[in-house]
Amino acid sequence: MNFGFTEEQGFLRDAVRKFLDDRCPMAEVRRLMKTPNAHSPELWKAFAEQGSVGLLIPEAYGGAGLGWVDFVVVLEETGRTLMPSPLVSTALAALAIREAGSPAQKERWLPRFAEGSAIGTLAVLEASDLPGAEGVALVADSDGEVDVLHGEKCFVADAGCADVYVVAYRSTERSAEPSGDRAGTGVGGALRLGLVARDAPGVRVALVPSLDETRRSGTLSLDGVRIGPDARLAAADPEATLALLLDAGSIAVTAEGLGAAEGALALTVQYAKDRVQFGSPIGRFQGVKHRLADMWVDTESIKSLLYYGAWAIDERRDAVPRYASLAKAYLADAFTRIGVDCVQLHGAVGYTIEYDIQLYLKRSKWARPMFGDGDHHRDRLARLSMGNR
Amino acid sequence: MDFNFTPEEQAFREEIRAFLDAHLPDPMPEDDPDFLRLWNEKLRAKRWVGFNWPREWGGGGGDLIRQFILKEEMSARRAPALGLDFMGLTWVGPAIIAHGTKEQKAEHLEAILDGRSHWCTGYSEPDVGSDLASLQCRAVREGDEYVIHGQKIWTTSAHFASHIFMLVRTDPTVSKYKGITCLLVPMTTPGITISPIENLSGKASFNQVFFDGARTPVSNRLGAEGEGWKVVMGALANERSGISEATEMLQHLDDIRSLAKRARRGGRPALEDDRVRRRLSEMEIRVEAMRLTGLRHLTDQINGKPSGSETAINKLQRGILEFEMSELTLELLGSAAQHQGELQHEALAWHGTVIGGGSPNIQRNIIAERILGLPKD
Ligand SMILES: Cc1cc2nc3c(=O)[nH]c(=O)nc-3n(C[C@H](O)[C@H](O)[C@H](O)COP(=O)(O)OP(=O)(O)OC[C@H]3O[C@@H](n4cnc5c(N)ncnc54)[C@H](O)[C@@H]3O)c2cc1C
Repeated sequence: MNFGFTEEQGFLRDAVRKFLDDRCPMAEVRRLMKTPNAHSPELWKAFAEQGSVGLLIPEAYGGAGLGWVDFVVVLEETGRTLMPSPLVSTALAALAIREAGSPAQKERWLPRFAEGSAIGTLAVLEASDLPGAEGVALVADSDGEVDVLHGEKCFVADAGCADVYVVAYRSTERSAEPSGDRAGTGVGGALRLGLVARDAPGVRVALVPSLDETRRSGTLSLDGVRIGPDARLAAADPEATLALLLDAGSIAVTAEGLGAAEGALALTVQYAKDRVQFGSPIGRFQGVKHRLADMWVDTESIKSLLYYGAWAIDERRDAVPRYASLAKAYLADAFTRIGVDCVQLHGAVGYTIEYDIQLYLKRSKWARPMFGDGDHHRDRLARLSMGNR
Repeated sequence: MDFNFTPEEQAFREEIRAFLDAHLPDPMPEDDPDFLRLWNEKLRAKRWVGFNWPREWGGGGGDLIRQFILKEEMSARRAPALGLDFMGLTWVGPAIIAHGTKEQKAEHLEAILDGRSHWCTGYSEPDVGSDLASLQCRAVREGDEYVIHGQKIWTTSAHFASHIFMLVRTDPTVSKYKGITCLLVPMTTPGITISPIENLSGKASFNQVFFDGARTPVSNRLGAEGEGWKVVMGALANERSGISEATEMLQHLDDIRSLAKRARRGGRPALEDDRVRRRLSEMEIRVEAMRLTGLRHLTDQINGKPSGSETAINKLQRGILEFEMSELTLELLGSAAQHQGELQHEALAWHGTVIGGGSPNIQRNIIAERILGLPKD
């Protein structure tokens, strides 16, 4: 039992911080926000060379072969600086391929992810907005060996810059009994995961303007897109694989959200030290300082849950669902509060476009629904600990 | 980061479980002092009381992780608390280990472990609460003795305590932190009188303690004269880290879940109510966060990084949790919440624990000033 970061993880954090200071300071964040995909291929390439992009990818495929706790270190820093990047999306696509991909699929995508020459993302959600297998209603027409998709995937993160989408859909075959903690949903057809390349015939992406302009998403239209056996992921238990991807997503968003929450807190603590009213820094007033102390209690508590969850992805798979939900539920609500209060503690300048705190507020709005909001995860925890109603 | 327990730690867990299987009676006798004494002897034989105290003073010489495992297993089975002298074990003993003379160690440590002593703590005074350093209770040195005049209040367990771990002012001429000294005083000392105070749940848990020229030998001083503040900072950290352990909260969560199973809301089992379920999940989130934060701080301690202010996190979390749990308990009881009863009274007790050991506002000040570096108010 050792609940501390290693020395190497400390070096990793320093290296990522230095990279972000040099290559992605707030001025660059604001510049990227105004570009169509909030994505800079040069920055992404450089980040890959620095090693962060391929951090989780096995060395055999050109990555660093590190674990999720290491990845959390990186995400805390990209969150703290609000770096616009498809880092989480690509990590999740890579996880899908690692878990369920064939050697050829791994060979095709993982090295390109690691070197920053391809970007991947998950396409799971539909108009129903249910973050789980129960939200996957898209049914393929089966053309012998090939699944043909007609339909839409919504809220696809980094849809505009992705080269490959991990699409969740259903085959025409009836599914077996639902597994895991999923409540019976009645949607027909066995769950499948397939890889759809951006340039495949029938793929269209419509970008939707984002509230948080550092984060982009779009609607993926699939108009007769063909998924052959070579593009299907051969997951032994697709529901379990999908659940793992979404849990890893929860943990990744929690890590980036935590970094951002700490960033917002640091900005606001500094502001509270600098801004003078009634003859003293406003940070002397308890209405200010106690809110900031509460934020710190929340960020520290989230860390405890998050680190365990990240560790569990590599070391204790059976604990992942519970800890993903514990961490994401805490983050979703606490970060929301932190965003709101940090803006308020800035007074009127908090309401300006010029001050950076508004960017953190918008990030908190982005993070809340990602992979399920607080109530979604509280309901799931209730099912895990008390069974279905 | 590695959350796996080592095979040795796992084996220790198994040993505890086997011990509990063999020795823990089912059902457990309630409020039976003879049973508690017998139980303590059994634990003493295993050196599980004072598990991390030095062996030469009767402790187990164990490490903090194993101690965590021990507490967790005991609590999971609802075994009686480890040790009979709660304050002695949690902060007085550790303070004596850190600052005491050989004679003081010999006199007090084994007595605490055996449950032969029962300590209480004299910090607060009628005019001195959160601002503890302004304490007034006076001790004047006369030859080999201190003569104590003054009053303590809110002294938990003083009515059956054998000793008081107390702070006195020995020098009113220096700055308020410097003139404080810590004394270890037998409650049988002439000149001490006790008057109980009923708390709002109707129990006499705390007291006023009056010192009217009580004399105690200088050899009962813990640490140097004027060094009492240093002693008490360590003791308060130990008190708060005891308060901030998650084990008790896990039991509460269990209790409230069983209550939710029995209770009905809107004609249905309460456990089918979305709002109830979500509130229980919210509690589960905080309890688990407390548990893991506790483990993180243990790691910090083992790595030699002091965990002073960080216990404030869990003290605050506990305050929130106890509030939520108490209110949900009363809501689940429905109209029966108006009756007197065990659950109803327990639901009031948090009003005390939330203040004892330092109020939430004081914890927030500590975090804001010591950790975030905001100006003192
Ligand atoms: C159940 C229980 C058991 C106890 N057991 C013991 C014991 O065994 N021995 C012992 O010595 N004491 C004991 N105490 C006393 C306890 O330590 C004090 O109650 C505590 O330190 C607060 O002091 P006070 O009650 O005088 O409140 P005060 O300090 O007068 O505070 C009153 C209110 O004002 C707020 N406040 C005070 N200062 C500030 C500030 N700077 N900023 C913002 N708000 C502030 C507090 O948060 C509180 O809400 C016990 C108390 C309880 C409730």
